[in-house]
Amino acid sequence: MYVAVKGGERAIDNAHRLLAEKRRGDPDVAEISAEQISQQLTLGVDRVMSEGSLYDRGLAALAIKQARGDMIEAVFLVRASRTTLARFGYSEPLDTGAMEITRRISATFKDLPGGQVLGPTFDYTHRLLDRALDTGAEVEPAATAPVSDDATPHVLGLLDKQGLIEPASCRPDEDQSEPGDMTRDPLTFPVDRDVRLQMLARGDEGFLLALGYSTQRGYARNHPFAGEIRVGMVEVSFVPEELGFAVCLGEIEITECEMVNQFTGSKSTPPQFTRGYGISFGHCERKAMSMAQVDRALRADELGEDRTAPAQDEEFVLSHCDNVQATGFVEHLKLPHYVDFQSELELVRRMRREQGADRQEAAE
Amino acid sequence: MTTPLLSVSGLHKSFGRTVACDDISFDLWPGEVLGIVGESGSGKTTLLRSIAGLIEPDAGEISYYSGEGALDVHDMSEPELRRLQRTEWAFVHQHPRDGLRLNVSAGANIGERLMANDWRHYDNIRSEALKWLAAVEIDEARIDDLPRTFSGGMQQRLQIARNLITSPRLVFMDEPTGGLDVSVQARLLDLIRSLVRDLGLSAIVVTHDLAVARLLSTRLMVMKDARVIEQGLTDQVLEDPQAAYSQLLVSSVLQV
Amino acid sequence: MTIEPAAARDTGYNFAYLNEQTKKMIRRALLKAVAIPGYQVPFASREMPMPYGWGTGGVQVTASVLTPEDVLKVIDQGADDTTNAVSIRKFFKRTAGVATTEATAEASVIQTRHRIPEQKLTSDQILVYQVPIPEPLRFLEPRETETRKMHAFEDYGLMHVKLYEDISQHGHIATTYAYPVKVEGRYVMDPSPTPKFDNPKMDNCAALQLFGAGREKRIYALPPFTSVVSLDFEDHPFEVQAWEHPCELCGARDTYLDEVIVDDEGGRMFVCSDTDYCASRRQAVSEAAE
Repeated sequence: MYVAVKGGERAIDNAHRLLAEKRRGDPDVAEISAEQISQQLTLGVDRVMSEGSLYDRGLAALAIKQARGDMIEAVFLVRASRTTLARFGYSEPLDTGAMEITRRISATFKDLPGGQVLGPTFDYTHRLLDRALDTGAEVEPAATAPVSDDATPHVLGLLDKQGLIEPASCRPDEDQSEPGDMTRDPLTFPVDRDVRLQMLARGDEGFLLALGYSTQRGYARNHPFAGEIRVGMVEVSFVPEELGFAVCLGEIEITECEMVNQFTGSKSTPPQFTRGYGISFGHCERKAMSMAQVDRALRADELGEDRTAPAQDEEFVLSHCDNVQATGFVEHLKLPHYVDFQSELELVRRMRREQGADRQEAAE
Repeated sequence: MTTPLLSVSGLHKSFGRTVACDDISFDLWPGEVLGIVGESGSGKTTLLRSIAGLIEPDAGEISYYSGEGALDVHDMSEPELRRLQRTEWAFVHQHPRDGLRLNVSAGANIGERLMANDWRHYDNIRSEALKWLAAVEIDEARIDDLPRTFSGGMQQRLQIARNLITSPRLVFMDEPTGGLDVSVQARLLDLIRSLVRDLGLSAIVVTHDLAVARLLSTRLMVMKDARVIEQGLTDQVLEDPQAAYSQLLVSSVLQV
Repeated sequence: MTIEPAAARDTGYNFAYLNEQTKKMIRRALLKAVAIPGYQVPFASREMPMPYGWGTGGVQVTASVLTPEDVLKVIDQGADDTTNAVSIRKFFKRTAGVATTEATAEASVIQTRHRIPEQKLTSDQILVYQVPIPEPLRFLEPRETETRKMHAFEDYGLMHVKLYEDISQHGHIATTYAYPVKVEGRYVMDPSPTPKFDNPKMDNCAALQLFGAGREKRIYALPPFTSVVSLDFEDHPFEVQAWEHPCELCGARDTYLDEVIVDDEGGRMFVCSDTDYCASRRQAVSEAAE
């Protein structure tokens, strides 16, 4: 007598116990701490904070540990935690011009006010595996320099002063409403640049990288120059209603990329360069650059360009850039689909029978 | 006195600094086939697309006289316009790929307008589709084939069948024989001409090819630099062109 | 009885996980959805602690309608003990502490994926569907901006083009699940990937039917006793699947059957996909025999 499979509940519990054991690995090897991850896998933590849209190094590190190093799973854990948090309001816009710079480069000007600051970068390292790295050797302290009091103005601001680049804006000039909030308002296309930027900021690094790359290979070419990339600490401030003035809540690390792109203009309007903007929590340079490229590509309609490539297609890009959504839906194919499959099976059998193709079955 | 089918007055459209249509006015009468000729860039396709409600003109009025009275094409709501576009109007694109649904069969392409107009009987839709395949000289056995397996000329004929199946009152054609080679063109022109005649259609045909205009149209409008420089009965314009540009156009083409 | 009674919930979270602000927002969307049957209402879907595509829409709807007095049933593929159903039921046990059951008749809220219970639902019940792709026109027209217009203008010809194409290519309407329906003669709606066998149960149903699509951020609804008609052609009418054999466990002839492979020689048997229905029929038989 056939008995239907039972015991889903016990199987799940057992699977979770096995997962915990695998996560821990060999108990003879010291357990990694979230603190270690936070200190030593900083760029991973930065990515999880950015795509998880929650600035909390400790939680992001814990998520990486809990996810066994699966970054998208870690992003997911952070998002699910973020969704339960109470919302007090919106911070004041960040003043990235007042950033305490740890890295700042421009590919458009050799020298500029505030100078070029390389900071901690993989650029110009030789990608040779360093076997000494795993021997516990002391790290030589880095050279330091006094903090400069010189202002570090935005490179694009310098161009803007001369009228050489379009002014920075998210909306048509006449639209003075508050920026949208993609976490509170359902997405309905078409959207303005403010909401696009929000979605790209939490978008998957790999997806944006591929799209940004595609624009450089001719799919919506827009001649990017890395006008400026800056990384460093900025103050976050908030105006509590009771007080009516801004209070500094603390500092966060930010990566900002401003691209200078293909100019527009006609015989009547003087030519100006256009902008693409990217930003991330922590130090996610590749993400910020890709985001800036995709932002620029998505402005095709606004700038009167033909939409010919995937990176210019707002519905395509925004509907697919969120890795938590993407992974959920792709992985849901693991869930049972017996019922739907049964429907298809029944139809295919019937059609085969009608065509006389399935003689063996018909003979049964 | 009858009313016109379509009345265009003071139509103006520019793209940035480029003027595409400048102060264009004309009437189209029932049963008439109006040819709009001119070199590329003269504004004729923009004019056609503006009249058909596909692009918004900057100024001017376009009135369509349906059975229910005059309708302002750019003042009506989008659902009204769409209804018109799938019932009383038809638009034949230069490239069949712009006018066909490439991922469904020829039968589904022809039947789409019927289904959009609430036909809900499969066999009726199918027999109507077969009838139209025959009318445009496509082998009925191809009804379940995808358009991409068709030649360019067949695709264009399929597009025509797909458009004419609801017996539209007004057909817009944009270079309907544009991408085809000469012998295919001739056959298609014959077909369009007899369909237009048999169904008593009114049509506006945009073409850069005076031979096409001569064969299809009863009246001709010559465009140059966004303006209509001459209009009249086709024979009249072709035999005795008044504007210098029309004379040039006629002499350069028709002596072949 | 089979009800597992209400118990203490994890007070680290608000009742049923979502905060009250969020529930209010979802309830507003639900009210609008009920007011316009079959219309997809956009809502600001939240991240949930289960993946998108695994029922986050249904879970948010259930969380918003659930009260401490409710008795919850969760099924996936018609069964209460499939892994995802178990996981969602556990989630609500933990965060809402509500009573749960496997018996359809005992439940006040039923969350489902891919099936409608065989037993007729009553006006005291709410059926919550998990929806992956709420847009019935999506695979005919990928653009949201265009599909919204098609709904607004009731421009649904394309839907029949698809059905036409099925018949011309296969001889049948080859859509076997997520079979499109027209609601109250107005909106074309995706019934979620339930087999078309279940479509007739949606029509004129006494229970309130709510549909949540978390990833796609849409909610729609069928108020009790709404007309739901499966699209078809006059000469190719809608029909549901039928099996040549009855359920081999309970003998039912009018239920949706799962095919189970019993050996590697191609042996198979057919049993009810609705496990509660099947079990209660068998129990009734054995009680009668005693």
